[in-house]
Amino acid sequence: MAGQGGNCLIDNDWICGEYVRTRSHELVDATLQHIGITLASVGIGLLVAFPLALAARRWRGVAGPVLGLTTVLYTVPSLAMFSLLVPVFGLSAAVVVTGLVLYSLTILVRNILAGLAAVPEEAREAARGMGYGPIRLLFGVELPLALPAVMAGVRIATVSTVSLTTVGALTGYGGLGNLIYEGLHSVFKAQVLTASVLCVLLAVVADVLLLGLQRLLTPWARKPRARRGAGRSGGAGEARPARNERKKAVA
Amino acid sequence: MDVVSRTWTWLATGSHWSGPDGVWHRLAEHLELTVVCLALSCAVALPLAVVLGHTGRGGALAVNLSNAGRAVPTFAVLVLLTLGPLGTYDSWPTVIALVLFAIPPLLTNAYVGMREVDRDVVEAARGMGMSGRQVIGRVELPLAMPLVMTGVRSAAVQVVATVSIAAIVGGGGLGRIITAGFRLTDTPQVVAGAVLVAALALVVEGAFVLLERWLGRRRRRGTAGADRIPGAPGADAGPVTASAA
Repeated sequence: MAGQGGNCLIDNDWICGEYVRTRSHELVDATLQHIGITLASVGIGLLVAFPLALAARRWRGVAGPVLGLTTVLYTVPSLAMFSLLVPVFGLSAAVVVTGLVLYSLTILVRNILAGLAAVPEEAREAARGMGYGPIRLLFGVELPLALPAVMAGVRIATVSTVSLTTVGALTGYGGLGNLIYEGLHSVFKAQVLTASVLCVLLAVVADVLLLGLQRLLTPWARKPRARRGAGRSGGAGEARPARNERKKAVA
Repeated sequence: MDVVSRTWTWLATGSHWSGPDGVWHRLAEHLELTVVCLALSCAVALPLAVVLGHTGRGGALAVNLSNAGRAVPTFAVLVLLTLGPLGTYDSWPTVIALVLFAIPPLLTNAYVGMREVDRDVVEAARGMGMSGRQVIGRVELPLAMPLVMTGVRSAAVQVVATVSIAAIVGGGGLGRIITAGFRLTDTPQVVAGAVLVAALALVVEGAFVLLERWLGRRRRRGTAGADRIPGAPGADAGPVTASAA
């Protein structure tokens, strides 16, 4: 790390070990707030998206408005989204979480729908033949089979939520974004760079953890994926979200 | 509902629309930045995507770029560029950040569009003695057009959103009305600015959707069977890759 002692703080270097040492509690607090906001947003997003997707699948009349509305919401820039929610919730974390939930809905609803639509009809027939009721069919057969697409959606939603949370600094609840915002006004370079790097790291770690979770939850999907991956150039794991996303969009 | 009426009053006040801090001037700044940055990023990304798509190389690049584009926080990049050495050149940090963020959707969509063109069609064109250049210009690019346009739409919406955020770090545009409102703790102004920004984003998105539809219709009329283009207009992950800002 550049600089020894407090020198790099005085010189306002971009990289400063002293900053990380002396302000570690601030960094930890901001990171925890960031993780909390992300978890809450994606969690609530899933809770809202799931019934929406089921309703959209069941009734054609619901599908159009749900998909249209979530797409429109996704188009609204984050600065406007958060600002529009301020009069509703006041300056609170709820503003940021609600905005991020609304953004995640587009991705989650579409991916859940696509995942359910891709379940082979034979699997459904077989389950019905075995006497599965609609609820057991959904949770025992359809959802597990739709899991890869759903998880791809969760990964995309999580990664973009982590990066969008920073804009919440405007309302004071932006996790690491708060430090970036503060650093902008005090022209404190080390703080801005450290918080930015932590933010990107957070997104990457979350993505890798979710990928691991997906592998754990879908052991049956491992072998065919490895074979498919061998045929394609580059990391098959990395290519998955994009491919699923495309499949979903075409569906 | 007090906020709604006070927001309406703000919007209806003529003095808020004129002058260097007025809506019209901010809107002009917003549009100018959007057009310049979109043009710059198209000039960088589209030729690259066409060449990569034609040769079939760079698939991993396109995928990784679109993933990275989602993971990197726009706000952080804007602040980093503003505090960096470029920060002294007034709107350069904003322009560079906007171009960087518009490239992933453009490159990814155009690349995928080029790759999804039916290989048999390309082979047939080659068999007819077309050169690489002719294959690109007459076969691949026209067939890839719907996806290219989807990329342009995503990028445009992305740029409009990012210009708003740039106001936080001192850039111009409609976002300034919001940040100024926050500084003055003037909620009606914040909401009015937000409504204007949201409306602009929706208008831009809507305009591109209409443009895509119009191009699609014209194409279908032109060549029979062209509606079987792989990845028809709007079929791509437009909404998902769109504004991550």
